[in-house]
Amino acid sequence: MNWTKYFFFTIVVKPFIKLVMGVSVHGGEHLPLSGPAILVANHNSHLDTLVLMSLYSSVKLMRVHPMAAADYFCNTAFKRFVFQKLIGIIPIKRNPFLQMHQDIFEGAKKALSEGKILILFPEGTRGTNNHLQDFKTGIAHLTQGFPKVPVIPIFIHGTDKSLPKNEGLLVPFITDVYIGKSVFHQKEDNKKWTLSLQRKVALLQKQFLKDHLALSKADT
Amino acid sequence: MENILVTDNVRHSVWILYALLTFLTFLGWGMKLREKNVDNFLVRLKTFWKIVVFLTIAFSFNFLTTVCLLAFISYLALKEYFSMIPTRNADRRALFWAYLSIPVQFYFIYIGWLNMFFLLIPLYLFLLIPARMAIVGETKDFLKSCACIHWGLMVCVYALGYVCVYFIQTFKTPLPQGALGCVLYILYLTIFNDFMQYVFGKTLGKNAITPKVSPHKTWEGFIGGVLSTGVISMWAAPFLTPLSSLEGFFVGFGLACCGFLGDIVMSSLKRDLGIKDTGTILPGHGGILDRVDSLIFTAPLFFHYISYFYN
Repeated sequence: MNWTKYFFFTIVVKPFIKLVMGVSVHGGEHLPLSGPAILVANHNSHLDTLVLMSLYSSVKLMRVHPMAAADYFCNTAFKRFVFQKLIGIIPIKRNPFLQMHQDIFEGAKKALSEGKILILFPEGTRGTNNHLQDFKTGIAHLTQGFPKVPVIPIFIHGTDKSLPKNEGLLVPFITDVYIGKSVFHQKEDNKKWTLSLQRKVALLQKQFLKDHLALSKADT
Repeated sequence: MENILVTDNVRHSVWILYALLTFLTFLGWGMKLREKNVDNFLVRLKTFWKIVVFLTIAFSFNFLTTVCLLAFISYLALKEYFSMIPTRNADRRALFWAYLSIPVQFYFIYIGWLNMFFLLIPLYLFLLIPARMAIVGETKDFLKSCACIHWGLMVCVYALGYVCVYFIQTFKTPLPQGALGCVLYILYLTIFNDFMQYVFGKTLGKNAITPKVSPHKTWEGFIGGVLSTGVISMWAAPFLTPLSSLEGFFVGFGLACCGFLGDIVMSSLKRDLGIKDTGTILPGHGGILDRVDSLIFTAPLFFHYISYFYN
């Protein structure tokens, strides 16, 4: 067991996310408690990963691994320590030259067959102003070999205000997490399936807007 | 740090509160067994239990615990407020300073520097927030942003801080039941008033008092609420504060009216922003601001009332 990760999350990350940031979870019953499963969310901030991981208990967390680009998160020894030891990311080597020769999802596939829970941001990179970018089809390529692994669409709001891209100062705002019903890989066009997954996240975004902005005339 | 003075009356009032909550809980369970729809009531009650236990812890140890836990409530309220108002990207630095004012403000309460408590938010943060924003340099919606941030600070940090200042104000004739007696009096009264206005509004309510703000606030609820709060205050005031019974009635009556104002102010704000609840942290009640809306009006007023007449 990775004790570094265990203590890092129990002592630092979870108290910070729960007490300082504050997360309000909607649809928590859809969250898979055991793997294999893939959590798919929109991506606006580095906090997204920590917020999603904090939804799990410290013990369950040991089996949750975010997927992240190796060229960004593993390019120095220090980053390798922080991201691989403390957070437990599974690096994706998205080098176009390497891609021809080896499977970039090798690590992810291994983790899934070991029954782990993966976190994936199909937008590929952080967006700005909470605008949902088009999903990359990588998620479909990954799930192709695992048609029985549930994919859970998630919409996160608030982290884009707390720690946006290109900002170093963290200003706490309440984070809302909307978890949708799981979907499974369909034997259709990968592009089509990715688009349908993106729609699921967009739908959760709509639900969020409805809950928070539409004024209910019934009561205040 | 010395412990907070807890007199017998204060202790008894807390026992009564716990007994009442236990009774209501059993009542709720009993009704559930008879298959009545009381789920919402039970959720509210459960949250209420948590609030009461939290506050009991906050006041049971020493003053430092009280200040820290109230600073935390203040932080949660401010975060809730900042999360619901529209903010610009350029406001981030100013918001950060606004958050930082909480530890500073509660530090001044802790060391007992009353004058600085009175001035920090209304004056110095009032100067600091626009200054920080001017350095950032975004002039579009500058005034609006300054006003919004400062309003939140006044409500969530300044007004809420008044729950603590009873402990640091020195009275020439010591309060008979200690500062905690006054704080509990104001908390009980405010919650009781909210509850009674709700009960009378639900059962008798017909004529809306502020139809544009909220159709659920009625004259019947308002009058029933303030009168019953006045009556309960006739007993609670001499029990917990230096007030006499008759004075207690009028003070209770006045505080209930002010609590109502706090209620409709927060409702107007929510209506303006187009939201239903200020948050989801207290299941069944909404957010922290939904819960403390009356307290932000009653706590400062009662403090200045006893500071003037009993000092």
